Amino acid sequence: MSEKLRTDPQIEDPDDFYARLIDLHQGLSCDESNSLNCKLILLMANHIGDREVLFEVLDVVRNYRPQK
Amino acid sequence: MPGVRQIYPFARPPELDSDDRVHLPVIIVGAGPIGLAMGLELDHQGIRSIILDDDNKASTGSKAMLWSKRSLEVLDRLDCSQRLLDKGVTWNLGKIFFGDSKEPVYGFKVLEEEDQQFPGFINLQQYYVEQFLKDEIDARELTEVRWENEVTAVDQTADGATVTVSTPQGNYQLDCDYVIAADGSHSPIRKMLGFDFEGETFQDHFLIADIKMKADFPTERWFWFDPPFNRGQSALLHKQPDDVWRLDFQLGWDIDRAEELKPDNVSRRVRAMMGEDFEFEFEWVSIYTFQCRQMDRFVHQRVIFIGDAAHLVSPFGARGANSGLQDVDNLGWKLALILDGKAPPSLLESYDYERVTAAKENILSSTRATDFITPKSEISRVFRDAVLALARDFEFARRFVNSGRLSVACILDESSLNTRDQDSFDSKLVPGSPSVDAPVTINGEESWFLKSIGNEFTAVYFARNGEKAPDGATDLEEDAIPVRTIVVTEDNKAGAGILIDHKGLLRQRLDGQPGTYYLFRPDQHLVARWREFDCQAVRDAVARATMQPRRIVQEGEPV
Ligand SMILES: Cc1cc2nc3c(=O)[nH]c(=O)nc-3n(C[C@H](O)[C@H](O)[C@H](O)COP(=O)(O)OP(=O)(O)OC[C@H]3O[C@@H](n4cnc5c(N)ncnc54)[C@H](O)[C@@H]3O)c2cc1C
Repeated sequence: MSEKLRTDPQIEDPDDFYARLIDLHQGLSCDESNSLNCKLILLMANHIGDREVLFEVLDVVRNYRPQK
Repeated sequence: MPGVRQIYPFARPPELDSDDRVHLPVIIVGAGPIGLAMGLELDHQGIRSIILDDDNKASTGSKAMLWSKRSLEVLDRLDCSQRLLDKGVTWNLGKIFFGDSKEPVYGFKVLEEEDQQFPGFINLQQYYVEQFLKDEIDARELTEVRWENEVTAVDQTADGATVTVSTPQGNYQLDCDYVIAADGSHSPIRKMLGFDFEGETFQDHFLIADIKMKADFPTERWFWFDPPFNRGQSALLHKQPDDVWRLDFQLGWDIDRAEELKPDNVSRRVRAMMGEDFEFEFEWVSIYTFQCRQMDRFVHQRVIFIGDAAHLVSPFGARGANSGLQDVDNLGWKLALILDGKAPPSLLESYDYERVTAAKENILSSTRATDFITPKSEISRVFRDAVLALARDFEFARRFVNSGRLSVACILDESSLNTRDQDSFDSKLVPGSPSVDAPVTINGEESWFLKSIGNEFTAVYFARNGEKAPDGATDLEEDAIPVRTIVVTEDNKAGAGILIDHKGLLRQRLDGQPGTYYLFRPDQHLVARWREFDCQAVRDAVARATMQPRRIVQEGEPV
């Protein structure tokens, strides 16, 4: 039911990005990580900009249930 | 302590000594800023009213102190803006501080666009505004204010209402066509008639300390998130006239009110914020909590609610009195047309729709500000602080910072009074927007565009070279609901009565290509516009804007 949000693989070398993401939190307390995640979300959200895509992202995570 | 406050003496109402029943077009209950402005508005519309107030003085404490550009424009239409401007403190720059840093995170301008008569805001104690309004009322004929006249009952009849008034020397009754309830947030009238006032109370306290001091701080609005002198809370600093400064400290929910109000404790807070070595006196100290509430409907047959009686917002955004003045702006001309028999009583439905919508917008805006200032959850606080941290370097993050979105005029774009655009216009204005301003010259004198429109339906016609008003425009001045057409040109040598757009800004702001015709309501909101003047189209638009029984139905509109 996705309209505009791309959920097909987009990131080149996912292992590399994933490792950097986890590295970012290295040695941080839970509070610090939380704060960092918020900044991450805000920067990425601004980059996306498109309201429809952003709202769709919110819907996807709100309704997301892990499948058995 | 604020010695400037005026006391208004009780005067014995003639009704106490006569058996004749007086019938008035309008009775206004409450002489706060909104009730007084309402009286003045009706006076300008030629409608007589009596304003009844249970008290005998202007507001206690400075209360509303930020008056918006739109409020100044409304008051200018009522010939009452100059004293506010002269006395008030004009400012246009806000600064946001966060945490321990003495440097602001960023600064912002309230009014981006120059070349308008009024600044984004002025600061002025509420009691001054009330006094200026009262003086202006006294200088005119049609409005009377009665102090220490408490309304104790309102009885609606089929075609009017009876108001029972209690005074120190006895009770009496008055009859009227309409009652306007401007009796404040606790509105006794609302309670007497059993109407709802739904919304929420916020679990927070704020301490206001208005202090008098000599200081050379710049005239700017300073807002702190989580400063060292008020950890985990917010604070605000604002300048008022008479060397008075408004300090506002967020205190949180669990406080000991009496303890916080002790002068020593307030002084300690003031010194922590402003520094140890300076002299000051208290002008007004108060603790407030706040609520966001509104009535479902503002019009209940012959009783119409305006101001805080109808809607209540948090102070963030200064949307209380400023939105009340927009109620006045909206209601005055409609009620006058109804009382003159030129529009059906159902025109009040549009006041209800337009101002209920505006109140919802204001409450939404003020609730969002509250959620940013006082995050309701741990993650909400983390996001808030992340926004503030990013705001130092990133413009996009500044857009999220919300210390109160300062009051602006509501755009009535969904109103059924508007005639939809058939042509396209490259202008920020849409039908329903209040007009923009621009510098103009008329009869050799520099003036402002907004000064030439309003109080009645007014149109502007962007003339082709050397052209006068279009054929038929003068006929419109003779209609039952007249339309006055103003001719605009950029030609500096144009004759008497012609509006000269000497900087070309009006053309630019309205996309006024030659031949364009803009029609404004008496409250200066745009209601229809065309690329070519067409007399019948203008008449249809006026009929629509005044809800005449026989009017053209727009496509898609329920009949
Ligand atoms: C601390 C604080 C700061 C604020 N700052 C701002 C700001 O910066 N900008 C802004 O726009 N707004 C601000 N506001 C809100 C603003 O003060 C109110 O919105 C404004 O006073 C509402 O005006 P009003 O005329 O509707 O009601 P009120 O000012 O409450 O007037 C109602 C009047 O009705 C009278 N009355 C009541 N019952 C009766 C009766 N039965 N018979 C006769 N008379 C009666 C009362 O005595 C009173 O005079 C602030 C408010 C507070 C508390």
